[in-house]
Amino acid sequence: MTMAGHKHIDEVTGVETTGHVWDGDLCELNKPLPKWWLYVFYACCVWAFGYWMVYPAWPTLTGYTQGYLGYSQRAAVTAEINAAKAAQDTYRQAIANTPITEVKGKEDLMQFAMAGGAAAFGDNCSGCHGRGAQGAAGYPNLNDDDWIWGGSVEQIEYTIAHGIRNGADEARNSAMPRFGLDGILEPAVISDVANYVRSLSGSEQVDAAAAERGKATFAEQCAACHAEDGKGNQEMGAPNLSDAIWLYGGSQEAVTQSIVTGRGGAMPAWATRLDPVTVKMLAVYVHSLGGGK
Amino acid sequence: MNHGIFEKNSLILLIGILIVVSIGGIVQIAPLFMLSSTIEKVEGMRPYSPLEQAGRDIYVREGCYNCHSQMIRSLRDEVERYGHYSLAAESMYDHPFQWSSKRTGPDLARIGGKYSDAWHTEHMRQPTSVVSASIMPAYPHLEKTPLDYSNIQDKLKTLQFIGVPYTDEMIAKAAADIEAQIAPDTPAAKELLARYPKAQVRKFDGQSPGEGVKPTELDALIAYLQMLGTLVDFTKFDASGPNLR
Amino acid sequence: MSATAAVKPALSNALAMGSAAVFAALGVFLAINGVDPVMNLHGALLALASVLALIYIFTHQTDERSGYLDGPIRVATLAAVFWGVIGFAAGDFIAWQLAFPALNFDLPWTTFGRLRPLHTSAVIFAFGGNVLLATSFYVVQRTSRARMPGRWSPWFVIWGYQLFIVLAATSYVLGATQGKEYAEPEWHVDLFLTIVWVTYLLVFLGTLWKREEPHIYVANWFYLAFIVTVAMLHLVNGLSVPVSFLGTQSYPVMAGVQAAMTQWWYGHNAVGFFLTAGFLGIMYYFVPKRVERPVYSYRLSIVHFWSLIFLYIWAGPHHLHYTALPDWAQTLGMTFSIMLWMPSWGGMINGLMTLSGAWDRLRTDPVVRLLVVSVAFYGMSTFEGPLMSIKAVNSLSHYTDWTVGHVHSGALGWVGMVSFGAIYCLVPWLWKREGLYSIKLVEWHFWLSTIGIVLYITSMWVAGITQGLMWRAYDNLGFLKYSFIETVEALHWPYIIRAVGGLLFVIGGFVMAYNVWRTVRGDQPVDLKDQPRVAAAPELRGGVVAVPAE
Ligand code: HEC
Ligand code: HEC
Ligand code: HEC
Ligand code: HEM
Ligand code: HEM
Ligand SMILES: [Ca+2]
Ligand SMILES: [Ca+2]
Ligand SMILES: [Cu+2]
Repeated sequence: MTMAGHKHIDEVTGVETTGHVWDGDLCELNKPLPKWWLYVFYACCVWAFGYWMVYPAWPTLTGYTQGYLGYSQRAAVTAEINAAKAAQDTYRQAIANTPITEVKGKEDLMQFAMAGGAAAFGDNCSGCHGRGAQGAAGYPNLNDDDWIWGGSVEQIEYTIAHGIRNGADEARNSAMPRFGLDGILEPAVISDVANYVRSLSGSEQVDAAAAERGKATFAEQCAACHAEDGKGNQEMGAPNLSDAIWLYGGSQEAVTQSIVTGRGGAMPAWATRLDPVTVKMLAVYVHSLGGGK
Repeated sequence: MNHGIFEKNSLILLIGILIVVSIGGIVQIAPLFMLSSTIEKVEGMRPYSPLEQAGRDIYVREGCYNCHSQMIRSLRDEVERYGHYSLAAESMYDHPFQWSSKRTGPDLARIGGKYSDAWHTEHMRQPTSVVSASIMPAYPHLEKTPLDYSNIQDKLKTLQFIGVPYTDEMIAKAAADIEAQIAPDTPAAKELLARYPKAQVRKFDGQSPGEGVKPTELDALIAYLQMLGTLVDFTKFDASGPNLR
Repeated sequence: MSATAAVKPALSNALAMGSAAVFAALGVFLAINGVDPVMNLHGALLALASVLALIYIFTHQTDERSGYLDGPIRVATLAAVFWGVIGFAAGDFIAWQLAFPALNFDLPWTTFGRLRPLHTSAVIFAFGGNVLLATSFYVVQRTSRARMPGRWSPWFVIWGYQLFIVLAATSYVLGATQGKEYAEPEWHVDLFLTIVWVTYLLVFLGTLWKREEPHIYVANWFYLAFIVTVAMLHLVNGLSVPVSFLGTQSYPVMAGVQAAMTQWWYGHNAVGFFLTAGFLGIMYYFVPKRVERPVYSYRLSIVHFWSLIFLYIWAGPHHLHYTALPDWAQTLGMTFSIMLWMPSWGGMINGLMTLSGAWDRLRTDPVVRLLVVSVAFYGMSTFEGPLMSIKAVNSLSHYTDWTVGHVHSGALGWVGMVSFGAIYCLVPWLWKREGLYSIKLVEWHFWLSTIGIVLYITSMWVAGITQGLMWRAYDNLGFLKYSFIETVEALHWPYIIRAVGGLLFVIGGFVMAYNVWRTVRGDQPVDLKDQPRVAAAPELRGGVVAVPAE
């Protein structure tokens, strides 16, 4: 393999080289294209031409070639979604037409609604209420029998459809005063009333004297919403303070914080994002989770 | 086959290469600017409000696109999970576009309105505090960093220059509009809403609004997240004709 | 020496010092007047680099222009090893972050979102780029039998490129990015790269221009296509307007769907020309050289070269299937990707079949094994690519870790392994050694990387396909079966396995760095008898040595 410019036969393969040599010893065999390679290449090209005939492919001055199939990805997905909806149609129609309180009584509808509710819950609700609907600080547990806004299936449906304190008028709106931030109560008084609130659910670590001092303030400032006995008021979403179930936590700090800031947790309205049947299924699902009234 | 001409002349080889590699790009890119069917006619699209744009810049800066797409593909499961498939029109003011190529986290094209501000605040502070299985990084510094909007006018001017329909008034009022968007129920906020319909006005990061309160980076980012996907009115979107593609 | 011959070096020294002074002044200006800290830092870095260059040029004015210009190549080779180890380590770190998010450390600079571009740029542009610079300069001189033109410009290309890397890397960590994958550097860094790149093109072309061989060798066709096409892609996709000429931030000129198309025209061809054409150039020189056999088929070289570069450009839309990109463009992206399959395999065939008659080298020379396995991975990923371009397949794979697996079978298997092979060839050749310090360590590196890659890509196939299937899974009533977060949880173990595989790959990188270091230092090879004749520098081999024409 020397001698630039002279073709020679490569001993190993018996094939002629092109006769060019670079960098001392680099040369190339004059082999033809592998047949299978060429044919597969042609086949791919033929397939591509065919595909262009059938599908939208080439831009033109004013549009593009539509292809014989008249395919459109958007039309296709719309059709697929409609078909999927149609397959569920009997159930969806039935749920739409059945008063929500009666869904539970119809086993097949119930099964369908539970599946649909669970699916929608996973992607839309679990971010706040947790994967098992167990809730988290600030986001109520939906498994227990404790309801801030009412635990009947209709009330739940309303809560889901319109949400809570999200700015919309139909939302469940209410606001606890910001007793600390707005200077309505002195810090010492807040501390006392917090002790009193915690005593309502029988907490052991309560400063009894402080709780006694806070009792009057509670009657004055809080009972209007949370009721005399602290059992709350679902009309205005004022939580029950006597059942040791806390939305924001039952420690002295957490309760103080609630009184200082008034909290005001918000939940989006789902009627604007999800269709009515899905909202209904979610309500049935949530209602069935354990604590449904 | 006479390939020698390319092999013996570096300039001819260079020119040959240039011609061969230019064709595909020209055929694929140029028509997108010329064909009217490329971007759908929709109602509701408007340029980002200054605060939203500032939030978008933070989104880009933090590289959220490395994990989040903003492009719901026209596939059944995506439409059912995230909402209506994304339209080209929805990103027509996006410099840079943020469709992304990896979904380590969920699509965000329609995240607006899905959660409360408080949720976003907690989530950005520490994602696992709200989603225990999350693998998203925490961004606790955002709520502590005041938003630097000293050059917001220049930003809007630059965007106007490259084709975003900001008016000169919008540019003049850019800094004021940033402050207005976190000051609900003020005359300035009303003006902002006239310029940017559907803009959401409130203090987004959980702190109290009020006179002299300055926006944080988190305000801007949440303002951006909360408007994503909320502009186009899909009840008025005609999914036929050229929009079908 | 004639009078003109004496004037020329003086002129080029003066020009080089003049340019360095201008850059230094610009750097100082930006360091002081820049409106954001990143610009201040970048100004300072530019000034520092320029002053160092100025001092160096000033103290090195004597002319030694004989033989090949190998100094810049040595720098680029070491830089490739250095950035390689850093880039792999960064990749493995972000891999662990996805398994254990606490590793984000709650700091802005260390979050996944900022480090991922650091990784991709470090491995593609810093590691891959330096391998390409080193090998292209080496190959084009040898196969043209000509010294590179320019006294300082090749040095500027190499050191300017390192500065570009430092500027880009510091931007990402500090949050200055254009937010477009693989094109993250901000406008000023893009501009600087443009200057470096144009110089690169001129030096490369100039060498071809000066060549003493009548024909341009096939490796150089690929290098040239890589250099000019990357320039074109970079210029068009980089179009942007700075918010202030004294600040880092800019807005890209294009928006939305047109920006997406342009970005993936760029991104796909960054793969096609940076990670493929350029590395095919490497293959076409180092495989025949190392196995001492002729290139398998000259005609295949021609046909696959032109068809590859023509078809590659069209395939970009396969990154945008089912998006808001019009259907027609998606069709073109898909069909051209399928047509691209055989042109890609043309390179694989030419690489593998060059071994015919020398297959035993696979057993005896681990460097050959690195080169050959890389070509096999090239074949695998260019089969997988067209497969993933089919819309039905892409509807599953897109957005998932399947893509990441595909990327790394190309990136670790092809780009990584072929680079390792080339580096192991180059180092003794450049430093005029009898062989590598240890071929046994190459054997170790080979196995560490191979096992690492296998763990990486198998775990990502599992992860990607699991994710894709879970996203679209329906229960028997027609409801989505899994919520998104369940798919995140499902990936925990695949992520750990990937990170372990990556760790092996990183360790392999360190083994290479050690071996290269000992070789460069001139330590006596420990196993010279096990090394093939070609391991030694050409001058020491007693074979034919082509020398540049004077
Ligand atoms: C942004 C977070 C968030 C999301 C997402 C969310 N919720 Fe809520 N939800 C809340 C908060 C906060 C409350 C309690 C508000 C309050 O203080 O009264 C609540 C309350 C409720 C209640 C009333 C509980 C009671 O005790 O009365 C129901 C029912 C409920 N959510 C169901 C759902 C469903 C179903 C979904 C999904 C479709 C959902 N939520 C999504 C935040 C959220
Ligand atoms: C105007 C009605 C109203 C008044 C008056 C009111 N609250 Fe509330 N309170 C609410 C509402 C509504 C909530 C639920 C807020 C939320 O969910 O974000 C609440 C929540 C709370 C909580 C948190 C409960 C939990 O589970 O974490 C505590 C504690 C509390 N209130 C104590 C008080 C005390 C003490 C007072 C008087 C000093 C008071 N509230 C006065 C309406 C009121
Ligand atoms: C390491 C990848 C990663 C990065 C980087 C990342 N995220 Fe996430 N993100 C996730 C994951 C995983 C989830 C799903 C779990 C959760 O909700 O936290 C998520 C969820 C979210 C959600 C809730 C989406 C929904 O519909 O439930 C929002 C909003 C979000 N991220 C915003 C951001 C923003 C803004 C940034 C950048 C500042 C960012 N993310 C950066 C991984 C990431
Ligand atoms: C030790 C070896 C490596 C490890 C552990 C590693 C790890 C990773 C990880 C974890 C990601 C992010 C994936 C995600 O977002 O889910 C990534 C992305 C990427 N890496 Fe690597 N990497 C390695 C080497 C390389 C090399 C050598 C290259 C190129 C030559 C490379 C190129 C890329 C590219 C292009 C991406 C982006 C992929 C995409 O967007 O789809 N990596 N890598
Ligand atoms: C014929 C050759 C090839 C074709 C047709 C092809 C096709 C594809 C496809 C379809 C995707 C997925 C796009 C998506 O769904 O987002 C992809 C991604 C990718 N491929 Fe390839 N591929 C080829 C070869 C290669 C090779 C050899 C490499 C590496 C050396 C490579 C690197 C990449 C990278 C980095 C990405 C990720 C891009 C991103 O960030 O999303 N490809 N490729
Ligand atoms: Ca990507
Ligand atoms: Ca750029
Ligand atoms: Cu591609």
